[in-house]
Amino acid sequence: MTQLALVIDLNVCVGCHACVTSCKEWNTSGTAGYLTDERPYGEDPTGTFFNRVQTFEVGEFPHTETVHFPKSCLHCEDPPCVPVCPTGASYKRPQDGIVLVDYDKCIGCKYCSWACPYGMREVDEHQKVMKKCTLCVDRIYDESLPPAERKPACVMACPTSARLFGDVHDPDSEVSVAIRERGGYGLMPEWGTKPANHYLPRQKTRITVHEDELVRADNPLKKERRQPRPDLSEPSLDDVTSW
Amino acid sequence: MHPAFSVIFLTTLSGVGQGLFLALFTGQVYSTVNVLPPQDPVRFYALGSLLALLFLGAALVASFFHLGRPERGWRAAAQWRTSWLSREVIVLPAFMGSVFVYGAIYYLGLNVPLVTVGGGVVISLGLVVGIVAAALCVALFVCTGMIYACIKFFQEWASPLTVINYFLLGTASGFTLATAFSIHTAPALVEFYGAWAVILTVAALGSRTASLIRNARIEYKSTVQTAIGVRHSRVVQKSQGFMGGSFNTREFFHHKSEGFVSLVKWSFLILVFPLPIALLGMGLASGDAPLLAGAFMVQYLGLIAERWFFFAQANHPQNLYYQTT
Repeated sequence: MTQLALVIDLNVCVGCHACVTSCKEWNTSGTAGYLTDERPYGEDPTGTFFNRVQTFEVGEFPHTETVHFPKSCLHCEDPPCVPVCPTGASYKRPQDGIVLVDYDKCIGCKYCSWACPYGMREVDEHQKVMKKCTLCVDRIYDESLPPAERKPACVMACPTSARLFGDVHDPDSEVSVAIRERGGYGLMPEWGTKPANHYLPRQKTRITVHEDELVRADNPLKKERRQPRPDLSEPSLDDVTSW
Repeated sequence: MHPAFSVIFLTTLSGVGQGLFLALFTGQVYSTVNVLPPQDPVRFYALGSLLALLFLGAALVASFFHLGRPERGWRAAAQWRTSWLSREVIVLPAFMGSVFVYGAIYYLGLNVPLVTVGGGVVISLGLVVGIVAAALCVALFVCTGMIYACIKFFQEWASPLTVINYFLLGTASGFTLATAFSIHTAPALVEFYGAWAVILTVAALGSRTASLIRNARIEYKSTVQTAIGVRHSRVVQKSQGFMGGSFNTREFFHHKSEGFVSLVKWSFLILVFPLPIALLGMGLASGDAPLLAGAFMVQYLGLIAERWFFFAQANHPQNLYYQTT
């Protein structure tokens, strides 16, 4: 079994929105049709996106931390949005675990969006069908692209490599190793949806330094002390002797 | 949740139609076992079925306004194995069809006796079709309720009370309409229907109050901490990734003040329960048809408010990602 997924490293995400714009650019130009933008330069702009970067503040000043939080479909291993679909337009691909919407079958009833606890599905106001992240399924299998570029557009765009892409069921893949070694976690585990996408937590590199490590307690030669200046009249062997 | 009027009208109108049919069928069962006098097949049963069909048809029309692509609506029957919405899409037309057949049997005088069982009870064709239609009617209530109750993320809805409320509120409004209808077409049944309308309304008050109490004490499973996976008692959203609105901010928020929601709640608590009961009581005592019709209209108006509140009260965990809306 293959389960393609993204692993998002919150430790290095700087919240630049490059993944958002790159996702929008790729997916609005694809064969499945554009991603609607309404009044993009008007007073109340709105539009369909597969990916957003949100910002949260953790803690209270001065002990605050800013967490930039990219948010796209998690391609759950037990996706609650799929069984509720009355038409079968919403489905999970058995071969790679990507959750997709068949835009030709969707009736736009929005029921699947109710059944997604993460709010990852959006109705396209022009095509009147439900849309969501496809993991760039039209890109990752495109053999006309060089192998290094067969990755989702958001992964290609990330300047800090905060987005990793791969098979989370392969224990030796880059993503599985990252999840295992860096404590990758899924969102809202209380619902049992088993999200395939994982997030890597923020990490601080700290070393513990004790007081007695700064000043040597055991220092018989008094190394740190200023050496007594030899009298000028004293004979000297070289510049360092002082006895 | 943003309460969509298409769904509000779909569920309330369908509830009235279903309740009215169950009222006709109950009257028929009672007269089969000779507890109530038999009624005119055309004026009562056929006309009553037509009235129920009108409500169900209006509900069906309302449902199409909820779809982005109504021309593909037929596809919604495909996933009946897993989706309650799909099951409703199958059961609603099946129920409408059986009500049509039921009414047609009476209208065309085809209500032939099939067998006579002990005590001179005659099982007629109309009764058999009625049993099928009544089963479909109850199935439709279950489907409609389960559409909401099966989504565990709406903790306000994920309860058997949701299905019970849909059943009791639908039958209460249907029996109230049957009371107002029977004063013109079957005067012998007015008190029977009136009594049942009051009983069902009181029962609905009980179950709806139970769900209000339950929802007031709800403890949400998801928190902003589990939503982003950061363990800290103070996590504040500073940006939701865009400055204008999106589907997420429109679909899952009612954008009304607390006061307005509270006003709707108290309106429906008065309009659905005590006021129709009082009007029914006065109408039954005086035999005044407009009072009974008024009872139904007030209750229906109240049910629209009830359904609006039902949607507005539901809080989706995705709202944790859109706290600055």
